[in-house]
Amino acid sequence: MAEISPWAILIAAIFTSNILLANFLGMCSFLACSKQINTSLGLGAAVIFVMTATVAINYGVYHGMLVPLGLKHLSFIVFIAVIAAFVQFVEMFIERFSQGLYHALGIFLPLITVNCAILGAALFMIIRNYSFIQSLGFGFGAGLGWALAILLIAGLRKKMGYSDIPKSFQGVSIVMIITGIMAMAFMGFAGMVRIQ
Amino acid sequence: MSDAPVACGACEPGGLCGGKGLSTFKEGAWTNNPINVQMLGICSALAVTGKLENSLVMGVALIFVCVCSNLFISLLRKAIPRKIRMIAEVAIIATFVILFDQLLRAFYWPMSRQLGPYVGLIITNCIVMGRAEAFAMQKPPIISMVDGLANGLGYAVILAAIGIVRELLGFGSILGITVLSENWYTKNQLMVLAPGAFIVLGFIIALFNAMNAKKDANDAKPAGGH
Repeated sequence: MAEISPWAILIAAIFTSNILLANFLGMCSFLACSKQINTSLGLGAAVIFVMTATVAINYGVYHGMLVPLGLKHLSFIVFIAVIAAFVQFVEMFIERFSQGLYHALGIFLPLITVNCAILGAALFMIIRNYSFIQSLGFGFGAGLGWALAILLIAGLRKKMGYSDIPKSFQGVSIVMIITGIMAMAFMGFAGMVRIQ
Repeated sequence: MSDAPVACGACEPGGLCGGKGLSTFKEGAWTNNPINVQMLGICSALAVTGKLENSLVMGVALIFVCVCSNLFISLLRKAIPRKIRMIAEVAIIATFVILFDQLLRAFYWPMSRQLGPYVGLIITNCIVMGRAEAFAMQKPPIISMVDGLANGLGYAVILAAIGIVRELLGFGSILGITVLSENWYTKNQLMVLAPGAFIVLGFIIALFNAMNAKKDANDAKPAGGH
């Protein structure tokens, strides 16, 4: 895996292996927060930031601490603790130093701890054996890809408010189906670059 | 449908909330099904359901984690300080997930490889966390175990349903046994890939909605509406 350039991984993580549309991660907050474009923009930004940072920290923790000590099997619990602690820390930090940013991002931060895309990105990084720079590219790209997907769906859901949907399909059901169609559209990017 | 997500709203009229196992069971497995009604745990519901076998293993994993973590959180509920309950719950859940992951690695390595990161992701599966927070922190151990079992089963059944549809249409087989012969059935690769998962789940939720709407209509008739 050492030969793939981090740029290729970044592009692939956004388009060909979109963490939401191809790996199904982060669905819960995706369904809950994609009703408004503004909300999804804020959440998307928060995910990009937290994902890039936690993938980097978790890389350090995994290769610097867990591997030398032979504690690889504890990686799940350590990763989730790192993510929770980081999110808490960032929340306190921006609340102290930037009230504007806190009001824009603050409410989304607690939601992110339980966003499985964040933990998923760390686990993919381990499984695919990325180097540090590759991990950075992957974390940033995966965050961007997630933000892109939620923004697109938020736009579509807004438009969908005017359409006449059969009663049983209203709500989550139709959102799943349009997400499926969007995943199909994203498959058109396949062949550009390939990771995995 | 409309009153479903309210915690325990469904069993209020009968006053069965006191500790009757059956109503707790039905609540978790059907009326308040974690995937269809509460929209929790969808990530893994989509990712691992390409084949029925994978769906079943994942279902067993979730039942195991849900039952064990609910039991232990319920036993410890008086000892856990309120302020740090989240992290305590996560730690207990993660312990059981690690346990299951190690078992899978030891005895069923091919499956462990196929499921990849999704076993680890049970930690962030909102079903387990949600049950711990909403049920096990307040109720005695045995009923919490029933609740964990019911929610795990409700999840496993939906997973199996998606798995059957996707494997049947995508590979023409069920549990690896060919059902639709290649002579007249062209395998639909789309079902195996990501879009198939989204679309199948969308239709299953719609079906569930339609069934519940019909049931509500039938229930409302004899009473002459509300």
